[in-house]
Amino acid sequence: MTAPGEGRAGWPLWEVFVRARRGLSHTHVGSLHAPDAELALRNARDLYTRRQEGVSIWVVPAGAITASSPDEKDAFFEPSADKVYRHPTFYPVPDGAAHL
Amino acid sequence: MNTTGAPVHTTVDYLLGLGDDALVAAQRLGEWVTAAPELEEDVALANIALDQLGAARLLLSYAGELEGVGRDEDALAFLRTDREYRNCLLVELPNGDFAMTMAKLLFLSAYQLPLYTALSGCADERLAAIAGKARKEVAYHLDHAGLWTVRLGDGTEESHRRMRAAVEELWPYTGELFVADPAAPVDPAGLRAAFLANVEPVLETATLPRPADGWGPTGGRAGLHTEHLSYLLAEMQVLHRAHPGARW
Repeated sequence: MTAPGEGRAGWPLWEVFVRARRGLSHTHVGSLHAPDAELALRNARDLYTRRQEGVSIWVVPAGAITASSPDEKDAFFEPSADKVYRHPTFYPVPDGAAHL
Repeated sequence: MNTTGAPVHTTVDYLLGLGDDALVAAQRLGEWVTAAPELEEDVALANIALDQLGAARLLLSYAGELEGVGRDEDALAFLRTDREYRNCLLVELPNGDFAMTMAKLLFLSAYQLPLYTALSGCADERLAAIAGKARKEVAYHLDHAGLWTVRLGDGTEESHRRMRAAVEELWPYTGELFVADPAAPVDPAGLRAAFLANVEPVLETATLPRPADGWGPTGGRAGLHTEHLSYLLAEMQVLHRAHPGARW
């Protein structure tokens, strides 16, 4: 529990992912502060879903997420189209494997 | 005066009791807005207040129609005095600290959940529909109050002390909720076992002793309230009474 004057120190940040009732995948919708996962889930229900039925919510402590660094973007996501040796196109496709 | 199909035992007074519980609880919870310990809790308390207000509107509208003298939800909310209010004493008590508010919400929702569950199967279809809607909301309120009771009771020494004091101070007010009324659509006397089944495990997990039963104040259902209700109504009704008949 948070001691008086400690502010939000005892309330870590959580990231919230919601899958709508007819949605196919969980989408990141935002973040919130909560003392633990249970309350993070309940707060997310109030803040992001208005308690609609049939939605699925994931909460993840922000500290558990490892993000790719913007500085390394070039190295991470450089299009590899120009690296022809990465593409397995140097052999003939056998007959009868039309949909390879 | 009775609507078709409605059994005779749904009385105006009974509906006012249900509706006033929800209305006064909503008013008290509304006092927390922008004053809660955390932003997320602020939103949660406002959410619960809105749920209770929504149930109050449906119940008071139905009470007004059943009464048949032209009083709508606004007339019933804003133009009755404390002697005409039928809410239980528990909901009109001041908010106190956060522990007090959570104990009040725990007791109220632990009572409303079995009540609305039973009412959602009653013969009065309109009341059953209102109760069916409110039941889902109240299950959430109970969950929320239970989580906080455990966190505070099993938290720091100071939070334990406060939560325990709140539970002990409010426990006598729960007696009034279960005073027998065999003429009601659901006799409150039959709800106490379910209430205890909702409350006792929470108190145990929260390391809080379950207070002993003893004398408890009553009178709310008869319009005999604590000194707190008339002040609450003065604030709630001031604008309506200053401009009677205005539309907004």
